[in-house]
Amino acid sequence: MDPEFFEKLAMPLFDQLFNLAHWLTGDRTDAEDLVQETYVKALKGFRSFEEGTNVRSWMFKILRNTFLTSRTGLKVQNTVLLEDEFDGADISAHNITPEVLVLKLENSHSVMNALAELPIPYREMVLLSDMEELSYKEIAQILAVPIGTVMSRLSRGRKMLRQALLAGSTGRSTHAM
Amino acid sequence: MQCSSAATMLGAYLDGELSPDQAAEVQGHLGSCLNCSSEIAEIARLQRSLRSARGYFAPSAEFRRKVQKQIARPKRRSRLIWLVPVGVAFATILLTTFAWVEQGRRSAAFTELADLHVNALSSTNLVDVVSTDRHTVKPWFQGKIPFSFNLPEFNGTQYTLVGGRMVYFHQHPGAQLIVSLNQHKISVLIFQNSMDLGRTFLEPAVLDRRTSFGIETWQSRQLRFVLVSDADPAGIDNLARLLKQAND
Repeated sequence: MDPEFFEKLAMPLFDQLFNLAHWLTGDRTDAEDLVQETYVKALKGFRSFEEGTNVRSWMFKILRNTFLTSRTGLKVQNTVLLEDEFDGADISAHNITPEVLVLKLENSHSVMNALAELPIPYREMVLLSDMEELSYKEIAQILAVPIGTVMSRLSRGRKMLRQALLAGSTGRSTHAM
Repeated sequence: MQCSSAATMLGAYLDGELSPDQAAEVQGHLGSCLNCSSEIAEIARLQRSLRSARGYFAPSAEFRRKVQKQIARPKRRSRLIWLVPVGVAFATILLTTFAWVEQGRRSAAFTELADLHVNALSSTNLVDVVSTDRHTVKPWFQGKIPFSFNLPEFNGTQYTLVGGRMVYFHQHPGAQLIVSLNQHKISVLIFQNSMDLGRTFLEPAVLDRRTSFGIETWQSRQLRFVLVSDADPAGIDNLARLLKQAND
C-alpha cells in the first residue's frame, strides 16, 4: 500500500487508539508514547498492509503488541494469569441481583473506576469487546489466542467487574452507615 | 444444561457469538434458571455502562498535530531530499552553461569587433569619408545610420581624425571612425544600443587584451561605443574619455 494512503486510513482512528492506549496504560503520557510509537510502526509496516484488511484491527494489534513490549506491558506479561479455562463457578453465589449492584452497574462512573482496576489481560478483553464492540474472531486475531480463550477470559473479566462493583458498593455502603 | 457450563456462554449469547444450536440451548436454560437470568441481566447492564469507556480519554489537539506531522513528513521530506541535490546540480549546470555561452558570445563578439578594425586597416580605402574635420565626418553619416553622435574637437590633442565608414555588426548598422594616435590607428565603433549588444558588453567598460587588441566599450545614452586598437591602453582610455565627454 502506498504510504501516502496511510494518513487517510490511520488518522481517523486516532481518538479511538488514544482512548484504548490510555485505558491500557492508565497514564496520559504513557498513552501518548504508545500511540506515537504505534503510528510510526504502522507507517513503517504499511507496505505489507493488504487492502481489504480491517485497518482498525491491524492498528489495534500493533498498539497492543507495542504496549506489551513497553515498560508497563512487560510488567503485565510477568503477572500470572488466572486460569483461562476457568469454568465460571459461581463466584457471586446469588440468585437475585442486589439492588445496590443494579445501581452500581448503571452508574458509569463506578463502572469506569472498576474497569481501570481490572487486571490488564481482562481489561483489554472487556475493552475490545464491550467498548470497541469487536467480534470474538477479531479479538482472537488481535490477541493471537483461540476464540475459546476470548470467550472464557471475557466472561471472567465481566464477572470480576461485577464482583468489584459489588465489593465497592458494600464497602461504601458500610462506610456510609 | 448446567449453570456451570452456561456461565461462560451467557456473555457470548448476548454478543451473538454462539452457534444457533448453542444459542437455543442457552435460551432454553434461561427459561428455567433464575440465577442465570439474573446474571445475564447484570451482564447486559454492565455492557451498556461499559460503552461510556469509549471516548473516555481524548488526545490533546497538540498531540494529534505532532503525530500527524510525524507520519506526514517523512514522505514529503524524502521526496524533497533527492530533489535538492538534483536541483542544485541542475542549477549549477544551467549557470555554468549560461556563463560559458555568454563568455563564448562575448569572446566571439570581441573577435568580430577586432576583425572590423583589421578589415578597415587592410582595406584599400581605409575610410569612405576622408576628413580630419569632425564637422565633415559627422554629417556624412546622416541618412546612413539610424542615430546621431557627437565628436570631440581633436585639434590640440594627440589624436587625429582620419575619416569614417559604415559597418555592420550583428545586422546592426553602425559608424566606424578611424582615429590615429602617432603610428597607431584606433577604431571608434558606434552602434545603437540594443538588448543584444547590452548582453554582449557588460558594464562597466572593459579592456580586453586577449586578441592582442585593446578593446574598451561603454554605453552612453542609447549608444554603444567600442574602441579597438593596438595602441597602448592609456591611449585608448584617453580617447574614450574625450568621446564620453562629447556624448554625455
